[in-house]
Amino acid sequence: MILVWLLLLPLLAALFAPQVEHWRADGSRWLSLTALGLQALLLLAAAGGGGDWWLESRADWLPRLGIGWHLGLDGLSYLLLWLTVALGAVSVLISWREIRQRVAFFHCNLMLSVAGIVGVFLALDLFLFFVFWELMLIPMVLLIAIWGHDNRRYAATKFFIFTQASSLLMLIAILGLAFAHQSQTGTLSFDRDALLRLELAPGLAYWLMLGFFVAFAVKLPMVPLHTWLPDAHTEAPTAGSVLLAAILLKTGAYGLLRFSLPLFPAASADFSPVAMALGVAGILYGAKLAFAQDDMKRLVAYTSVSHMGFVLLGIYALNGMALQGAVMQMLAHGFSTAALFIVVGMLQERWHTRDLRQLGGLWTQLPRLSGFTLLFALASLGLPGLANFIAEFLILAGAFQRSWPLTAVAALGLVGAALYALLLVQRGLWGGGAPAPGRHDCSRREWLVLGALALALFWFGLHPQPVLDLVREPLVQLLDAPHHAAESPPRLPVGSWL
Amino acid sequence: MTELPVEHGLLFAAALFCIGLVGVLIRRNLIFILMSLELMLNATAFVFVLGGALHGNADGQVMFLMILTLAAAEIAVALALVVHLYRRYRSLDADRLEAMKG
Amino acid sequence: MAALLLWIPLMPLLSSLLLLLAGARLGERPVALLGVGSVALSALFSLAAILSFSASDGVAWGIETLPWFSALGLEVGFSLHFDGLSAVMVGVITGVGLLIHLYSVAYMAGDADFARFFAYLNLFVAMMLILVLAGDFLLLYLGWEGVGLCSFLLIGFWYRQPENGYAARKAFVVTRIGDVALALGLLILVQQFGMLNIQDSVDQARQLWPGSDLAGWVALLLLGGAVGKSAQLPLQTWLPDAMAGPTPVSALIHAATMVTAGVYLIARTQGIFMLAPQVLQLVALVGAMTLFLAACSALVQHDLKRILAYSTISQIGYMFFALGTGAFSAAVFHLMTHAFFKALLFLAAGQVIMSLHHEQDTRRMGGLLRPMPFSALCFAIGCAALAALPLTSGFYSKDAILLQAYAQGGAGFAWWLALAGALVTALYSLRLFVRLFLGDCRTLPEPDNRPLLCWPLGILCLLALFGALIPQPLHDVFSAAPQAHVPLPVHLLVLAMPVIGLVAGIWLLLRHRDWRQAFATGALARWWRAGWGFDVLYDWLLVRPLLWLARVNRRDLADLPVQLLVWTSRICHQGLSRLQSGRLRHYAVGIVGGAVLILAVVL
Repeated sequence: MILVWLLLLPLLAALFAPQVEHWRADGSRWLSLTALGLQALLLLAAAGGGGDWWLESRADWLPRLGIGWHLGLDGLSYLLLWLTVALGAVSVLISWREIRQRVAFFHCNLMLSVAGIVGVFLALDLFLFFVFWELMLIPMVLLIAIWGHDNRRYAATKFFIFTQASSLLMLIAILGLAFAHQSQTGTLSFDRDALLRLELAPGLAYWLMLGFFVAFAVKLPMVPLHTWLPDAHTEAPTAGSVLLAAILLKTGAYGLLRFSLPLFPAASADFSPVAMALGVAGILYGAKLAFAQDDMKRLVAYTSVSHMGFVLLGIYALNGMALQGAVMQMLAHGFSTAALFIVVGMLQERWHTRDLRQLGGLWTQLPRLSGFTLLFALASLGLPGLANFIAEFLILAGAFQRSWPLTAVAALGLVGAALYALLLVQRGLWGGGAPAPGRHDCSRREWLVLGALALALFWFGLHPQPVLDLVREPLVQLLDAPHHAAESPPRLPVGSWL
Repeated sequence: MTELPVEHGLLFAAALFCIGLVGVLIRRNLIFILMSLELMLNATAFVFVLGGALHGNADGQVMFLMILTLAAAEIAVALALVVHLYRRYRSLDADRLEAMKG
Repeated sequence: MAALLLWIPLMPLLSSLLLLLAGARLGERPVALLGVGSVALSALFSLAAILSFSASDGVAWGIETLPWFSALGLEVGFSLHFDGLSAVMVGVITGVGLLIHLYSVAYMAGDADFARFFAYLNLFVAMMLILVLAGDFLLLYLGWEGVGLCSFLLIGFWYRQPENGYAARKAFVVTRIGDVALALGLLILVQQFGMLNIQDSVDQARQLWPGSDLAGWVALLLLGGAVGKSAQLPLQTWLPDAMAGPTPVSALIHAATMVTAGVYLIARTQGIFMLAPQVLQLVALVGAMTLFLAACSALVQHDLKRILAYSTISQIGYMFFALGTGAFSAAVFHLMTHAFFKALLFLAAGQVIMSLHHEQDTRRMGGLLRPMPFSALCFAIGCAALAALPLTSGFYSKDAILLQAYAQGGAGFAWWLALAGALVTALYSLRLFVRLFLGDCRTLPEPDNRPLLCWPLGILCLLALFGALIPQPLHDVFSAAPQAHVPLPVHLLVLAMPVIGLVAGIWLLLRHRDWRQAFATGALARWWRAGWGFDVLYDWLLVRPLLWLARVNRRDLADLPVQLLVWTSRICHQGLSRLQSGRLRHYAVGIVGGAVLILAVVL
């Protein structure tokens, strides 16, 4: 029941947001916060179950087609649900002043999107998963298209087409799986458990895996399918960017972990060198492009590409350390990038520009906000002590055991990260240009949000154990899948030298 | 009663249909276009009657009546539109209505 | 006693956090009290730790404080390790750090960002202490990056001048290149041992790796990290620019402590390096080359702080040379004495610079002996120790390096370079002193002799003179070097080299009547002054290509296929939308045509 309520709460909030607005001007804001708060309570209540699934919810939906209502909660989804709830609340808080038009409709979309994301993290029936996958997409497009910046229509359309086209591929793959089930057992089924037992021909498995992979890789995003992201991020309102960066991108990685790898273990293992190479390409290419940007928000957007490249690398390294690192990176990136987007939004609100060529010398004017910016930039460059470092180190350590040359190249991404993050600090915060005096520094609400995010980054950087423990079980299961190609034995990094 | 060959009837219907079609295509006055449409409808209706007679079945005549009522309904709506358009554009020239494209 | 260790880095860390959060609201006095007091406490704790450590016969302490994390296949803890090497490092860091903190109170007085300065400086001390106390490589890496961050923040402390920002970024990025190598080295350790505890992995390596290439690779990668942090060839270019920071920062971070972290790292992992003699030779070569090149550059610089910066690079080169030849304890010995006399030189330079209204160009200095006798004395002692004149602390340490190196490997190319470096060192020390204190007065100083400026200098003078007497409990850390016979002529040669340099320098200066011009002109001098052209080389090899790439691909080429798709569909759209003319009869023709077509196909 808890799972159903987890889904229902944001839906109800979305439904009643317009009504509440009649009673109170900022009623929809409070309503959304309340829904998220209740969700958090539910999550607390759901904690600590045992077994494969802590909680499961099953019901028939369209039995003739093998479509069922099947939700399940385990450590991985639990972690990501917390991320969703936390950053959902952050999104509401930071739009308090930024969003002034059609407030109720804004929150309606926001909560709908949250509901879709929660569904994605819970669904264990592929058809249901697809429904939620689409559900989270449409409100997000609206968020960009209605409340975005100048070029919002273009960005929203691009985002929509990219994700829609790729999710069609996934739909085909899902149907392919269901029909394969029919041909083997005589009935259609979309249930993950049932599909896990399928014996697929290698060729078929490879193609179906590619269908899933492309859909998830676009969301991730993976180079070269990333080009929707800078536009979407740049044009979205701050809350939209936060939601996109912190949670929506994670659904791609989650999909890989939950469906693509377990359903097609052998095919994924075959494909992993390519995926790892693409991840490395993403790390470096994203960093390089971030370095080249003048628009602060675009810069941050490209850092996402770079960070999510690490996730892809970690996932396809296919060993425990790297997978834990990848999940950690999902979390850390969620916090650090969201925080950077928030900071950029605040700066834009004060200066009406995000152009680094016009900014500069902010430290003199806004010492606190600048301090936060510095901290988040440092998190983004992977400073030890902050969450991103643990993630990146684990990913690199895991990937190193699979392929040392790729890892060596990926490690260069650390230099790239230093380049773009410090460029942001130097061009934005330092320097002499002091645009105009009398800007107010952080307000109390802004302090709260940024402080909480900073605290989270420190907390998970110095004490990542809860996260690692949460996801240990699901990941171990994933790796123990019977079809998995034997991990390549640890190789010596080199033949001979000197 | 001498039976007319079916071919004659069909030829007649075809000729009627073509006249209507050419009327629709080349006339610009909306009233004439509507009249031509009526011709085309009647041509098809005639084929139904013909078919009914051929098979000794009443369905063809039922169809004819059906088309008749349809045509009446259609012309009523169409004429209402024409009147409205005339009020608006002071003209019944179909080509002057091109601004109505989407 | 072990809990004491925890407080050594924790004190400055807490103070730094407090200053970062609330420093802006405090006045100068509480800030200074907090900043200096925390380091003083930390120094006190270190002293207690060192004393009780040497009382306990030098058994290394290791304490597991808290686990950091345990992932699948890797466990890391916040473990601390305290042995003779850590003791020396901690002593140097807190001792010299305390003096420099005291000095900074006077130096930075009146600066608008007084609290921020002390917050960063305390953070630096904390990170540096974590670095040297870490019992786990990942914790060491935390300190390693942490000091890099503080270095970045403090070089760019006066952030309003854009060039400071560039210098700061350059310092961080260049050292980060080394850090990546270090991280890769750690990855090999993780892969092989599944842990990162320093002592255990070195022990494991000793047992498992003889005859394997792995030791060589790990050593090479660790060396990569070390050369980045310690500004050795080929990553030395950041240090001279790093002088943009406030002078106490240059003294603490870019002379006495942080830049010697590379030396510490190699000394700490010497067990691995010993397994890879080729890499050890490389270390010696890198050190020797660096020390010579940097000494030559120091000889021709005009900027006071740049002279000192190059001299720092050169002195650390000596330490690397010592490490490479297996003279580990001599390297650490030199690390300590160098911290004393280089901190002295920097702080004295800071006093001179302040008295001359932030003038740093030695060409506009001169004749300061009379107005600033105390600074002159400090400089004289510092330069003497730097040049390794007999009876100063620098003499003992450098002597030890050259003699032990000879004993280990004889007189190879590197050894001769190091010997020549000693000569050049004496030359540039002399030039530095002469330029500042003799001749005509070019800029009139306003001597600043506040006690807080002078006392630390006085103590450092004593340390620079007699610091060599401080015992170093290193015999348990490093396997004792086999005693080898060094012939007397070599002894004499090493002893005489600085003196020869000095005499030659004086002779040169006397012969050139206009001695200010000595080493000032000529293509060679320009080349050396530019640091042997490394900056230009890297500029062409790395920076420009990167900027070019950034410029040409700012709009993201991967977007091009998508844009092509957009264009084609737009063109198609325009073509097709022509068909919708709005003329009823055209549509009718279309319908008829279509019907005829279908009929024709069907029939």
